[in-house]
Amino acid sequence: MQNNQEINRLKNLVQDLLDESKKQGATAAEAGLSVDHGLSVNARLGEVETIEHHCDQGLGVTVYIGKKKGSASTNDLSSDSIKQTVKAACSIAGFSNEDEFSGLPDKDRLATEFPDLDKNHPWDIDAESAIDLAIECEDVARNYHTEISNSEGAAVNSHQGISVLGNSLGFLQGYQSTRHSISCSVLGERDGDMQRDYWYSVSRNAENLETAKSIGLKAAERTINRLGAASLTTRQCPVLYSAEVASGLISSLIGAISGASLYRKSSFLLDTIDTKILPDFIHIHEQPHLKTALGSAVYDSEGVKTEVRDIITAGVLKGYVLSSYSARKLGMQSTGNADGVHNLTVDSGTNDFTAMLKQLDTGLLVTELMGQGVNRVTGDYSRGASGFWVENGQIQYPVEEITIAGNLKDMYKNIVSVGNDVDYRGNIRTGSILIEKMSIAGE
Amino acid sequence: MQILEQVKQTILTPFAMQEKDIDQVMDSMLSATVDEADIYFQSSHFESWVLEGGIVKEGSYSIEQGAGVRVVSGEKTGFAYSDKVELSILLAAAKNVKAIARQGQNAQRKVIDNKLRTEYYPAVNPLKSLADQEKIALLRKVDIETRKLDSRIEEVIISLVGVYEQILLANQDGSLVSDIRPLTRMSVTVILEDKGKREQGSMGGGARTDYAYFLDQNKAVAYGKEAVRQAIVNLEAVDAPAGIMTVVLGPGWPGILLHEAIGHGLEGDFNRKGTSAFAGKVGERIASELCTVVDDGTLQGRRGSLSIDDEGVPTENTVLIDKGILKGYMQDKMNARLMGVQSTGNGRRESYAHLPIPRMTNTYMLPGKDDPEDIIKSVKKGLYAKNFGGGQVDITSGKFVFSASEAYLIEDGKITRPVKGATLIGNGPDVLTKVSMVGNDLELDTGVGTCGKEGQSVPVGVGQPTIKIDGLTVGGTSV
Repeated sequence: MQNNQEINRLKNLVQDLLDESKKQGATAAEAGLSVDHGLSVNARLGEVETIEHHCDQGLGVTVYIGKKKGSASTNDLSSDSIKQTVKAACSIAGFSNEDEFSGLPDKDRLATEFPDLDKNHPWDIDAESAIDLAIECEDVARNYHTEISNSEGAAVNSHQGISVLGNSLGFLQGYQSTRHSISCSVLGERDGDMQRDYWYSVSRNAENLETAKSIGLKAAERTINRLGAASLTTRQCPVLYSAEVASGLISSLIGAISGASLYRKSSFLLDTIDTKILPDFIHIHEQPHLKTALGSAVYDSEGVKTEVRDIITAGVLKGYVLSSYSARKLGMQSTGNADGVHNLTVDSGTNDFTAMLKQLDTGLLVTELMGQGVNRVTGDYSRGASGFWVENGQIQYPVEEITIAGNLKDMYKNIVSVGNDVDYRGNIRTGSILIEKMSIAGE
Repeated sequence: MQILEQVKQTILTPFAMQEKDIDQVMDSMLSATVDEADIYFQSSHFESWVLEGGIVKEGSYSIEQGAGVRVVSGEKTGFAYSDKVELSILLAAAKNVKAIARQGQNAQRKVIDNKLRTEYYPAVNPLKSLADQEKIALLRKVDIETRKLDSRIEEVIISLVGVYEQILLANQDGSLVSDIRPLTRMSVTVILEDKGKREQGSMGGGARTDYAYFLDQNKAVAYGKEAVRQAIVNLEAVDAPAGIMTVVLGPGWPGILLHEAIGHGLEGDFNRKGTSAFAGKVGERIASELCTVVDDGTLQGRRGSLSIDDEGVPTENTVLIDKGILKGYMQDKMNARLMGVQSTGNGRRESYAHLPIPRMTNTYMLPGKDDPEDIIKSVKKGLYAKNFGGGQVDITSGKFVFSASEAYLIEDGKITRPVKGATLIGNGPDVLTKVSMVGNDLELDTGVGTCGKEGQSVPVGVGQPTIKIDGLTVGGTSV
């Protein structure tokens, strides 16, 4: 499946960028190039609405003149443009200040083995078949219930690309990858109250996508379940984050232990390495080499090898999330996370979603969050929410127009349980998360 | 005309493209069932400089160019784009997108009534308006001046961003229009530590002009001062209250309320499809009679301003709500046609690689009669929110949030203690009916807003006078 000819052509362009950088006076350089082709179609009310043909390419170069750094990028891959782009990067490096921590990764941290992570599965689908699939998906949703009153449509997306990275330490690698998705969003109406919800499936391999029918059904079911939502009175109660929103809690944790937040001292988890920040039963680790997974990578955006590693063991923080630069600032070594974490996995407990509801007993199930509302420096957390009120482990009625608030440091310590209802659609894999107590603001 | 020639020189000449080539691509797309067709050429130069830890650590520069080809027939849109502005590639793209329209025989050019156009910003290249040494000197000066303000400052991060964008648009009537759009932005973030407690403050601004904007009246230094002030206030903040209370919103950036609560819900596409909580409500009361809200792309030099939108339509000062009554929606060409109205010049796109959709420009509420001090005095117990971060809306249920970054308790008509940031949540269709006082102090934001919709980001502006809302849910922790 690998299109080696095309990868080699792009590798040559990256090498040209590196050679040109040297020629123009850079003492070190890193260059990347990507090309992406795609098709997106959207169908609404049983008819095609949009067909978009995507074709994106871009190259970027970072040069170092000693300890001075400059970057430039363009979507013009001509040889003239390569010269101009390098010139722009060198000019910026000339004006920036020396930074003793800047530079390429340490050579011994670069990836040297390149196993195939099975990320490339082109989907042989033309616009017409994609439209048929989208219409099939939307039809199921629209016919699910008489209260489904309108639709934002269903979409089918298919993308395939090549990404090449090289640096003046001799690293030069490229790979192909694909990403496909089907999504659907419909509206429901009851007594003048309108609600909308959606569902989607995404995978590197179209064969692993949920069926169009199942996506349509879930979208419709979720919309109907929201009809008749009411607010809650202001109170404190336990909160269960459904799996699809629980990843946000973990993403805030990763943000707070990321190099840039730490060296800027703008993290509520400053100096917490080897301390307990979560309950005993929480284990979080990175699995960068899973086959076909969305977050898989052999190396990060600097070419540093990614590693299977523990980040949280028995609630104790065992490692930060670092790039070469942030690692040097902190006197540590890169963890291969210049572009973030790869398939971060929160170990599940034995509870399925029903058991999680039972454990929640009486409290709030959150299925959607709105706004940012997270202060990374202090950990203060306050976000808009909607979901369901639960009593005795049974969903009672939908709720909306409320906020949930707390401080992330406390929220992490007060995690009661993690479900095994894992959402695999993102780079953070977690089941639903139950928090002992949060503040709810409403009526 | 001069601008048109300059833009053609930038975008077409390097590819040896001529006007007749554009005509050929356009002709190949037109058929009897085509309602809108356009070719959108864009060239964009972008730079950013970042100072951190007292040094200018890095800068980046980027050049992007390309063309997008679109055909609309009824409610159907075909779209393709390329970063190569070459005749053969554009013809191939045109062939691809034309499939969306049922085949018809006659290629027809439709004549469009061109409204008079005014320029709302200078055709300058901000990137060239200061020498690189001067940009760096500006960052350094702000860093030094900011650090002098408080010994508790741990870190100062300053960024300077400039964009020089040229667009050329070929419409189905054969007309060619162009625009040169400068955009600048500067922001300062500070982190303070006091007895182990940390807080941050941020302030920035920008406009459609060159970098001289930041030198004028020492604006750049003032951003640093304001960031420090906010961080100090937040160091002393106590837990925010939770529950429904009277909320007074300060002037300027708190106008993000309007953007989230009603702005998105009044975009033409959602109303044409009937997915907005405001669909079918034109002529109805959706706000108290104190509220008049406009979307105005015609303000000189503002971040959200445009001389023409991305479909070539001159922007307008569109009245959305007049004394509480919903007057109309913001429209692009397709949604206007399908709803039987005129485009309001709100068809915007992030780039040549994105489809135009109805978007806001500068959305603000006109001033009322109340003295802001009287508004505070009138509140026995409530929240005064002076500054905000971002927001979000569910246009179907109408529920929206926006997050306060600087807020105070109001007790017995006086602003007392600062409280921690909290998210405010409300219902778009009724929040403005609870506006009981409107100040005489209209302010627009300082020029930092970016709005996201369907994966596309565009610069926008907001504004409002001080307003009092009798009951909004405040999402603090103090139950």
